[in-house]
Amino acid sequence: MKIELKNICKSFNKKTNTIDNLSLTIEDGEFVALLGPSGCGKSTTMLMIAGIYKPDSGEIYFEDQLVNDLEPKDRNIGMVFQSYALYPHMTVLDNIAFPLKQQKVPKEERIKRAKQVAEMVQLEHLLDRKPSELSGGQQQRVALARAIVKKPKVLLLDEPMSNLDARLKIEMREEISRIQKELGITTILVTHDQEEAMTMADRIAVMKEGKIIQYSTPMELYKYPKDYFVAQFIGTPPMNFLKGKLSNRRLHLQNMTIELDREFLNFHGGEADVNVGIRPHDLKLGNSGDILFKGTVNMVEPIGHSQIVNVKICNEQVRFFVEPNTKMEYGREIEISADISAIHLFDAVTGRNLKNVHESQRQVKEYSFHSQE
Amino acid sequence: MGATSYRAETKRVLTPVSKRKKRIPYIIAYGVLGVTTLPVILMYLWLLLRSFFEQMKYGFIPVHFTLENWQFLWSSVEHGGSSLPSIWTATWNSFVFSGTLTILEVIIGVMAGYALARIEFPGRQALMKTTLLLHAFPSIALLIAVYYILNFMGLFDSLFGVVLVKTALQIPMTAWIVKGFFDDVPWDVEWAGLIDGCSRLKVWFTIVLPLIKPGIAAVSIFSFLSGWSEFLLLYTFILSDGNVTLSSYLQRLISDPNLVNYGLLSAVSLFYMLPVLLFFIFTQKSLMQVSVGGGKRV
Ligand SMILES: Nc1ncnc2c1ncn2[C@@H]1O[C@H](COP(=O)(O)OP(=O)(O)OP(=O)(O)O)[C@@H](O)[C@H]1O
Ligand SMILES: [Mg+2]
Repeated sequence: MKIELKNICKSFNKKTNTIDNLSLTIEDGEFVALLGPSGCGKSTTMLMIAGIYKPDSGEIYFEDQLVNDLEPKDRNIGMVFQSYALYPHMTVLDNIAFPLKQQKVPKEERIKRAKQVAEMVQLEHLLDRKPSELSGGQQQRVALARAIVKKPKVLLLDEPMSNLDARLKIEMREEISRIQKELGITTILVTHDQEEAMTMADRIAVMKEGKIIQYSTPMELYKYPKDYFVAQFIGTPPMNFLKGKLSNRRLHLQNMTIELDREFLNFHGGEADVNVGIRPHDLKLGNSGDILFKGTVNMVEPIGHSQIVNVKICNEQVRFFVEPNTKMEYGREIEISADISAIHLFDAVTGRNLKNVHESQRQVKEYSFHSQE
Repeated sequence: MGATSYRAETKRVLTPVSKRKKRIPYIIAYGVLGVTTLPVILMYLWLLLRSFFEQMKYGFIPVHFTLENWQFLWSSVEHGGSSLPSIWTATWNSFVFSGTLTILEVIIGVMAGYALARIEFPGRQALMKTTLLLHAFPSIALLIAVYYILNFMGLFDSLFGVVLVKTALQIPMTAWIVKGFFDDVPWDVEWAGLIDGCSRLKVWFTIVLPLIKPGIAAVSIFSFLSGWSEFLLLYTFILSDGNVTLSSYLQRLISDPNLVNYGLLSAVSLFYMLPVLLFFIFTQKSLMQVSVGGGKRV
């Protein structure tokens, strides 16, 4: 089912808009992730789609039908609440079968289907327990099972895996993706885990203070963050930022001056303070790149297949990756470098990305083969 | 709970002396409580003995066991020259009064409590603030006004009329207590019900009400007990023998100070207390277990 939000506003206190003129289109069968800092209005958006909150203004369409005044029960939605919201007085089995009961599915079939779903989330041994007798992760899986058991047209997942261990998380992720693709359920996922958003979603909407800042595919988001906020929000470890100055097409960074291509910039003359962004992956040890930095090793964090090295350059710090068997000592002087094409420039005042869209899109194609995260 | 008992156990093994020391505060506490409650206990004891004996020598030594005082159970009682109505009529009336009161109060109180807890309507805040004030209103101050109203409605000398008055006086407190229970039910659980395919009303019955069951139990018990012990309203607004309740029945036994039959009075008092005791024994479990939950336990 295609979902369309048009100019939605929602306010809780009449002073500020929690959701501020938000528009979002989710195609039929699409998997969209909502990403954003705590309190930016993700759950509120979900609850409006579910029909729990009514938008103050704006329209919500399901398949071109206006649903602003449609009751939640008639929307055919499955939802996992951030707080799970299990029914405390019912057993796990009854919780999972509850949506089917409301659809008047005969008892035997109801139990059969509930058990199937319970097996999918690996809960088949806990069916007789009450929610209060389960661990947080188990409760979360009950909530997940209850949301998918009726095979809804729309699935709203508000941090559905925040409480699971790493292995279970990956299994659940695959399970959700499989069901979603199989049944073609239009799905919205709220998550704080970027990796989750990147791997599962067809498109990601990055939100900030009730607005959507950028809405595009995971790869584009990663390669071409529209502004400073998105850039610092997407990617782990986060993008490195260095303060610089742009005058016409000359970039002053540290004590270097870099001449930039006219093609490269979407910036029309004058001077501007900029934040220069470089992804940790784009920094290399040695002097093979175009831009060269000298710094001292500040900290080394081994993460198994690689090491994250924190380097102090003048008064700023950057992180980058080195091979796990490279010896890194604290306080050692090292040289690192990056290619000009890999840097991002953000206006320090407006946050706007000053790099040319076409330029970076060209690069997405060019470099996509070695940019697998 | 588990942790404290574990600690107590290890202490016992290691230092037997400190255990006795630890007990001293308890001994003091129980001692003080025991002494202060002694008069009450002695009063009940006196009541019990007095009802089964012909007289109390010097006021406290029972003499000559008898069941005469309990005769009111099977035969009608003559008191002060007139015969009293049957005790069973009074008992039945008391049950009818308390039962109807409980049902009305719970139904209205639960609905009002839900509205106060969940629904935004103009004047909600003001209503909540004045609710408790209403409860503090002494019913004796209202007697004359209520008399006019009951008379006007033709409900004077009718149990149902008094039930209505009593319900009106009790509702604020009941609604307030129930509101507390509804406040503890997370919004999310209600919303989940809506999304899972229930209508508002169905969510209320299948999800919200079961969650506040302990609250409903507590309110039912309180209102039944307060109905059972109601005296002033019943005494004022009920005249006929056919509508007499136990509390008024007791009042008749002591209406003339010169003619009080203490044996009979004690027996009837005990009889009046009996249902309350039984009721309390059977319901105290639901009074104690007051918990709603099921959300995220972080
Ligand atoms: N029922 C409510 N009444 C008043 N304010 C609310 C209500 N629900 C949410 N808000 C406010 O709206 C803003 C957005 O809340 P929301 O729950 O949508 O955030 P979120 O993006 O889901 O955050 P998180 O990631 O922490 O879950 C917050 O500032 C919150 O305080
Ligand atoms: Mg949220």
